Amino acid sequence: MRLKVEAASCFRGDRLVLDRLTFGVHAGGALLLLGPNGAGKSTLLRVLAGLKRLDGGRVTLDGSDERAGKVAYLGHQDAIKAGLTAAENLAFAARIGGGDPLAALATAGLETLASLPARMLSAGQKRRLALARLTLLNAPLWLLDEPTLGLDTASVEKFGATLALHRQSGGIVIAATHLPLPIEQAETLELRPGVPAAAR
Amino acid sequence: MNGFVATLQRELTLAVRHGGDTLGALLFFFVAATLFPLAIGPGPETLARIAPGVVWVCALLSALLPLDRLFGADFDDGALDQLIVSGTQASLIAAAKALAHWLVTGLPLLLAAAPLAAMLQMKPASLPVLLAGLALGTAVLSLLGTAAAAIVLGARRGSVLLPVLVLPLATPVLIFGTMAADAAATGLTPRPHLLLLGAFLAACLPLCPLAAGAALREAVD
Repeated sequence: MRLKVEAASCFRGDRLVLDRLTFGVHAGGALLLLGPNGAGKSTLLRVLAGLKRLDGGRVTLDGSDERAGKVAYLGHQDAIKAGLTAAENLAFAARIGGGDPLAALATAGLETLASLPARMLSAGQKRRLALARLTLLNAPLWLLDEPTLGLDTASVEKFGATLALHRQSGGIVIAATHLPLPIEQAETLELRPGVPAAAR
Repeated sequence: MNGFVATLQRELTLAVRHGGDTLGALLFFFVAATLFPLAIGPGPETLARIAPGVVWVCALLSALLPLDRLFGADFDDGALDQLIVSGTQASLIAAAKALAHWLVTGLPLLLAAAPLAAMLQMKPASLPVLLAGLALGTAVLSLLGTAAAAIVLGARRGSVLLPVLVLPLATPVLIFGTMAADAAATGLTPRPHLLLLGAFLAACLPLCPLAAGAALREAVD
């Protein structure tokens, strides 16, 4: 498993957010995306997830352009349906991506809330549920946008263990964060805010 | 295909949980159609003459109501991102949504149309034709509506744009649907009109999910 990004460039409107970015991450590796607001961290994660199209360059996973189904993405929103219970939310993800929803709930320490409608969950609990979905999907590449936002200290530590386990089994973690993340031996990538095309 | 079944099932579960939203379109259908006898007068002949048109127009407008949130909720809470990242074809997601829209809105409208037509003094003989036309027509509306809902996704004031986009496209459906019912009422054969409705459905069935899928990819980009 190896992720390679070659000369990736991406516009948002008429602003060049990613400018010929090149890097690679090996199996078991972790990459932290750093930089001020508007530097393009979230854009890069959306590009890697295959949501946003590149305007130049290439992203490959094991030499292949096709990444669908091999990526677990956690954006700013939790993608938790308020009308479904915690277990149903995970069961929906499991039907598409595979995995055991109840085991994932137990790992996240949410088994007591399994049958509660998600609208009753607090913001932190919803985030934990969204993190539990990551472990469910069996995807080697994890893309995390501010994953620990709203989590308490115990949950952050628990999440650190989950990340370590994922990397041990050959997974890759790429995370954008402003909060300290419990992750060891992570490389960092510093992004800078792009220059508007007109100012060049 | 997993994504299609899972999305459909989730949509139906959510429709049952949010029963109020689901019934909204149906209640609107009843209330809007009830206004016509009040405004035009209860003369049975006038009502019988306009009944198919009233049922069709009200069904058309009611089917528009839930379209705004068809993709809107998933777009806002990130669920659409998750579906696309999971590798589910965007057009399959759209097809599941269209089917869910028909089951949750089109089918109840179809069931409610019969008592409504009776209330409007429509001849019982032409009722089966009206319903056959509506069955095809509501399916077309669900497909067109899904495509339009995907296209306006992320646009400012999308809910205003949506009817402006769907209603002109739906005019052929309205014309052939009402003409079929009129033909049955005057003793002519409704067959050509129903066949044209069927042809319209056959064209929309592959095209609308594809268009909607492309629009969804664009919306998350």
